[in-house]
Amino acid sequence: MTSPVRYTPIAIVLHWLLALAIVGAFCVGVYMSDLPFSLTRVKLYNWHKWAGVSILALSALRLLWRLANRPPADLAMPAWQAWLAHATHVLLYIAFFAVPLTGWAMSSAKGFPIVWFGVLPLPDFVPKDHDLGELLEQVHAVLAWGLAALVVAHVAGALKHHFIDRDGLLARMSLRRP
Amino acid sequence: MTKLCSALLLAAALAPAHAATLQADKSELSFTFKQMGVPVDGKFKKFDAQLDFDAKKPEAGKIAFTVDLGSVSLGDPSFDKELAGTPWFDTKRNGRATFVSSGIKPTGPGKYDVAGKLTIKGAVRDVVVPITLNGGVASGAVPIKRLDFKIGDGEWADTSVVANDVTVKFKLAFAGL
Repeated sequence: MTSPVRYTPIAIVLHWLLALAIVGAFCVGVYMSDLPFSLTRVKLYNWHKWAGVSILALSALRLLWRLANRPPADLAMPAWQAWLAHATHVLLYIAFFAVPLTGWAMSSAKGFPIVWFGVLPLPDFVPKDHDLGELLEQVHAVLAWGLAALVVAHVAGALKHHFIDRDGLLARMSLRRP
Repeated sequence: MTKLCSALLLAAALAPAHAATLQADKSELSFTFKQMGVPVDGKFKKFDAQLDFDAKKPEAGKIAFTVDLGSVSLGDPSFDKELAGTPWFDTKRNGRATFVSSGIKPTGPGKYDVAGKLTIKGAVRDVVVPITLNGGVASGAVPIKRLDFKIGDGEWADTSVVANDVTVKFKLAFAGL
């Protein structure tokens, strides 16, 4: 059986949708954390939480899809580069879950549990605890910045393939037929 | 002399025959509201009540309730500071909220509707508070609209972020009831 040459359309849609959502949620997260207490701050915090839970749910879907559908085979490249690319992917997937989950836990610990889109109350899996909330806030921030660094590495790798190697790697993640 | 006697009799008749004192350490005053769908609980740490009540003559009962608005707490010092500020309780100018009953009506065994005037931040509203009386403890909950009292003024008047409905819950333990 030969490997496909490109990702499946569902994998491609999930990739770009989540790319947009993650970059958006990250920027809002960085911006809102320095705001003084205000209506805008309360709104942004809730939107950020809703986005985070949506990212978590879509990431679960994406992981299942990824496990059920073979990705395209590696393009020709030095083994260390292939290894680095795969390691980045594994870490990205870990972060897709770790960042939203620590945010969710932090919300519960701080006593402001998440109600998804203002409608669906999510369960608390940690108790309301001030010190735990402060700790989780730091863990969430460190992991989010870690995710940002992984995204930068991922994008840099893709651009290297596109502009330096010119091996058509980006076409594998495009819905447009070559 | 007869004047003095009748004055004394009148005073005796008016004196609270069934006055009860609030046991603050066994009492609770809390509230719940929703912030973009998220339930948030808070409480007041300081409040007092004067109750004059006889279960045999509930209609003649009276209750006066005072809340120290500066004692409000959501359990986080940074939020509590905001709640004391001008848009919310404005505690520098409005130290207290009061409820003074105008009539008590029995609605069932140990249950009463207490009508009265609730005053917060200078706004006065007529409210009816359903109360359950059990072993010297009066408990119940009353829904209020925060904007009736300008609690959360200015940009905070946006009820899509902080709901207008606030449920105030109380458990008041009285000695001598």
